[in-house]
Amino acid sequence: MDLLTKPNIADPDGFYQELIDSQRDMTEEAAELMNCKLVLILANHVGDRGVLREAISRARGSSTED
Amino acid sequence: MLKTYKFPKFEYRPSPEQSGAVPNRHAVVVVGAGPIGLTAALEFASRGISAVVLDDNDTVSVGSRALAYAKRSLEVWDRLGCADRVVEKGVSWKVGKVFFRNELRYQFDLLPETDHKMPAMINLQQYYLEESLIEEIGRQPLVDVRWKHKVVGLKQANDHVVLSVETPDGEFSLTADWVVACDGANSDVREMVGAKFSGQAFQDRFLIADVVMKAGFPPERWFWFDPPFHRNQSALLHRQASDVWRIDFQLGQDADPDEERKPERVIPRIRAMLGDEHNFELEWVSIYQFACRRIDDFRYGRVLFAGDSAHQVSPFGGRGANTGVQDIDNLGWKLRLIIDGEAPIGLIDSYNEERGVAADDNLLNSTRSTDFITPKSATSRRYRDAVLELAANNEFARPLLNSGRLSRPTPYVNSSLNTPDEDVFDSRLAPGTNCEDAPIRRNAEEAWLLNQLGNGFVVLTFGVSPDLETIAHGLVKASILVVGRDIEDCRGILCARYDGRPGTTYLIRPDQYVAARWRQFDADNIRKALARAIRCCRG
Repeated sequence: MDLLTKPNIADPDGFYQELIDSQRDMTEEAAELMNCKLVLILANHVGDRGVLREAISRARGSSTED
Repeated sequence: MLKTYKFPKFEYRPSPEQSGAVPNRHAVVVVGAGPIGLTAALEFASRGISAVVLDDNDTVSVGSRALAYAKRSLEVWDRLGCADRVVEKGVSWKVGKVFFRNELRYQFDLLPETDHKMPAMINLQQYYLEESLIEEIGRQPLVDVRWKHKVVGLKQANDHVVLSVETPDGEFSLTADWVVACDGANSDVREMVGAKFSGQAFQDRFLIADVVMKAGFPPERWFWFDPPFHRNQSALLHRQASDVWRIDFQLGQDADPDEERKPERVIPRIRAMLGDEHNFELEWVSIYQFACRRIDDFRYGRVLFAGDSAHQVSPFGGRGANTGVQDIDNLGWKLRLIIDGEAPIGLIDSYNEERGVAADDNLLNSTRSTDFITPKSATSRRYRDAVLELAANNEFARPLLNSGRLSRPTPYVNSSLNTPDEDVFDSRLAPGTNCEDAPIRRNAEEAWLLNQLGNGFVVLTFGVSPDLETIAHGLVKASILVVGRDIEDCRGILCARYDGRPGTTYLIRPDQYVAARWRQFDADNIRKALARAIRCCRG
């Protein structure tokens, strides 16, 4: 399986707002801890090591942009 | 001076070679009488090879140091005849608990499977272990331990090594066909052969304290991340023999070792951890830093490295001494076959091949645990804390939690001594894996499989009796052990662990590792696999 790089989220503005809202009342530190948890939860959901590796590399900025 | 232990003092005796009265050439000289050197001497003696052990000191380990011994080490010592005493004296445990702040976050059981002769893990102070090994050596006429003998020089020749040895009576030289260097992380021998010892050094300092205390805590490994009694650091509690408890505190990078080892600094830390209701006395304190590194080659000519002289790991996981014992387990039979001319000298290179892989595996595990326990950046610490917080209610996060991955033998999956599987097995005992123990019956008595394997190669075959007693390649013989004839699998556990069906056949090495396995007993295949396992390529 390859990492999905085409838009895949329904209602993107709604999702983005939900993400930002979820941290609105948090300190920077709490929000950063939450981000780490979120990464781990989503990574576990994906599971596939190849996809995770590709995502890590893309997030680092070391793979080519679309 | 410890409160619960009196250090023995072993008598220095001048070596007979110093007066030139005896032939001065030995098959094997072991440098260092720590747990690995002593195990090596017993290993060689068990295979009929005499060994001289040189040690620059005259007592056992000062301080408890190496602490946790895993099942595989105990199985090796059982083969060498001294596991019973070690197990009896030690504290058996298998449950580990991990706390984050003051909450239990995760609990593991090292040996959820029963029916092994040896326990999953025991804790025992290094000085007790060394004493047991020395006691066993006392019964071994083939081992000659020489205290206050320090190796100060080394010269390699084509087929031997000349050691310069310093004693209270001056210096003399000793000739050995093989030298096994078990002289620890700061090995002089390693320096003398010019080997590289490289890896990663860690900056964090740790405090180890042994305390004497009557406490009712169960014999479990308790590990704390960021506990209320020691904020922002980790702590570890282990029970040892004689009501001695081992406590480890992470101190961070900036701790001053001279200050931190003072009782007035140590005692309040321990009191904060244990609470006021426990009376304890301080037995031994040490401040340490650690490194994860290995030697570039386990063999330099006629010098072989084993234990910490070959690899150094972090203490998390009890991998140091256990790995060293496995080095010796791997080395003993190979050297025996070479010394007795039964295998080509090239067999010795499989020692570096197999134990190098194990060292890399240990270093990897140990480095990963260290990175989890002592995060190097604010973000990696946040990830660590995220795992710890999630672990309470999220099963998926528990396997990510790493407070030390406890020592297990590394399988030699790709070893050149293996004959790869051609048949299909529903058993994890692939070639290169150490045999699992199982309860069996022999002559109508309860017994254990590993105790039936003896000192040589064994063909373990299920159900069908071949009309052969042994299978040989050249001078190397494998004895045949038939399940259903020689031993009985009365509870079906052996068959289950080995996926043993009628005809299933394993070729087992003298170190109890699987060399090959088949679904049919075929003498030709076994002979070929035996040749391969001793590096005799012209089978």
